[in-house]
Amino acid sequence: MTRPWRARTVRLTSVALFVLAWQIASAVNVRSQYLNPILFPSPLAIVHAAWDEAVQGILWRDVVASLARIFLGFAIGAVIAVPLGCATGYFRRLEDWVDPIVELFRPIPPLALLPLFIIWLGIGEVSKVLLIAFSTFFPIFLNTTEGVRSTDPLHLRAALSLGANRWQIFTNVVARSALPGIIVGLRLGFAIGFFVLVAAELIAADSGLGYRIQESRNFFLVDRMFVGAAVIGVLGFLFNLGLRRLEDLLLRWRSTIVQAQA
Amino acid sequence: MGHTLEVSGVSKVFQLEDGREPIVALERFDLAVDDGEFVCLLGPSGCGKSTLLNIVAGFIRPTEGRVTLDGVEVVRPGRDRGVVFQDHALFPWFRVGQNVEFGLKMAGLSRREREPIADRYLDLVGLRAFRAAYPKELSGGMKQRVAIARALAGDPKILLMDEPFGSLDAQTRRLMQDEVGKIWAATGKTVLFVTHAIEESLLLADRVVVMSPRPGRIKAVLAVPLARPRSDVAPDFVALKAEIQELLRGEER
Repeated sequence: MTRPWRARTVRLTSVALFVLAWQIASAVNVRSQYLNPILFPSPLAIVHAAWDEAVQGILWRDVVASLARIFLGFAIGAVIAVPLGCATGYFRRLEDWVDPIVELFRPIPPLALLPLFIIWLGIGEVSKVLLIAFSTFFPIFLNTTEGVRSTDPLHLRAALSLGANRWQIFTNVVARSALPGIIVGLRLGFAIGFFVLVAAELIAADSGLGYRIQESRNFFLVDRMFVGAAVIGVLGFLFNLGLRRLEDLLLRWRSTIVQAQA
Repeated sequence: MGHTLEVSGVSKVFQLEDGREPIVALERFDLAVDDGEFVCLLGPSGCGKSTLLNIVAGFIRPTEGRVTLDGVEVVRPGRDRGVVFQDHALFPWFRVGQNVEFGLKMAGLSRREREPIADRYLDLVGLRAFRAAYPKELSGGMKQRVAIARALAGDPKILLMDEPFGSLDAQTRRLMQDEVGKIWAATGKTVLFVTHAIEESLLLADRVVVMSPRPGRIKAVLAVPLARPRSDVAPDFVALKAEIQELLRGEER
């Protein structure tokens, strides 16, 4: 994880240069009036707009509304997908029952079902949360079953000859082997859930970051549209970072520099 | 002294799915191993030596015949038979100590009961200092020593070793052979050891079972009446080696 500081410096410089170039480009645009300056706000203007939203309290309400949806949806999806994935990967007989149903629904982009969810469950929170749960389910389920099935048969034999029963084998061997796959599934599931969250908020919501972008568009507040997108980006980045940290923590046995941390 | 392990009339036929001729891996195989004896199964690949070990371990069932350990028929894997695999098969997510304690934990022993036992076997293989390390941090030979400690920790009646040093370099292999000789002397365990290396079998075994392939059966059983520690340049050793080479050469024609 720890890159040499030179690489870090280069990375930070790259971002700084990008922001600087944008700032200059928008300043040039203000002079040349190539675009209406309202349509192409500078980074500073966007920071300013974000500050305004924060002071007014809108920003926090939006963030909280969006986070509540994604967390709840993600949690529901994961709580169903991980145990079901484990069972399906472990019990061959269950596999033939569950797999075809999953394959039936998997190719459907979740957003195609949004109108249906809204008709069934109303425009409130339930439809959005359940759609997020639905969309996070698939990557988590598939990576979990894959992880369970990838258990090394030699490890199973070793555990059997050391006297482990079926449940002990599941908790000490199968679940451990599946953990890397499960974490990958959680990461993918979260990314897809985030995607669906924003899209659902753009289409049908009265709060949240996606809703704010749509509302800002109606009022021609382009800087606020950028604020919404930027905050979504930052949240997504932070969650991915958090899940990667969790991964490093849980999978210390896999990394090559375990000794350095002991 | 009774026979610990008895293999009587064991055959194993592998049916192939696509209608080819079934493979007879073992044909009417008989073997009795005494308590505390070190027996090597020696032969070229395809002679069924690993199949026999897997049957004794309980991983696969024989097509015919039966295997008994202290008079009880073997039908499934169990902690009375400790297995050391060619590729160590340590659990990478557990530390060295947890690997060695695994069987004891499965048997319901508390941490306080497990730790001194694990320490004793880690001492035996000289790796107590690596208790907290993950398998990934160890060399190939060290991993295999941990695997031996893990197999011994549950105090099995017999130790089954399936080409345990097959994937080690020659020098490490030599060290591990000495190590196993010492462990065997220290614990007095009954050992069934599969190998295709003639010298390895002569360095370690009380008896060498020379096997021939297709179908797998016993070609000859040789007692190795050499005093330990053994030297691979002693005249008796060289003579026995030549004898086995001759037996195996006859097989190639």
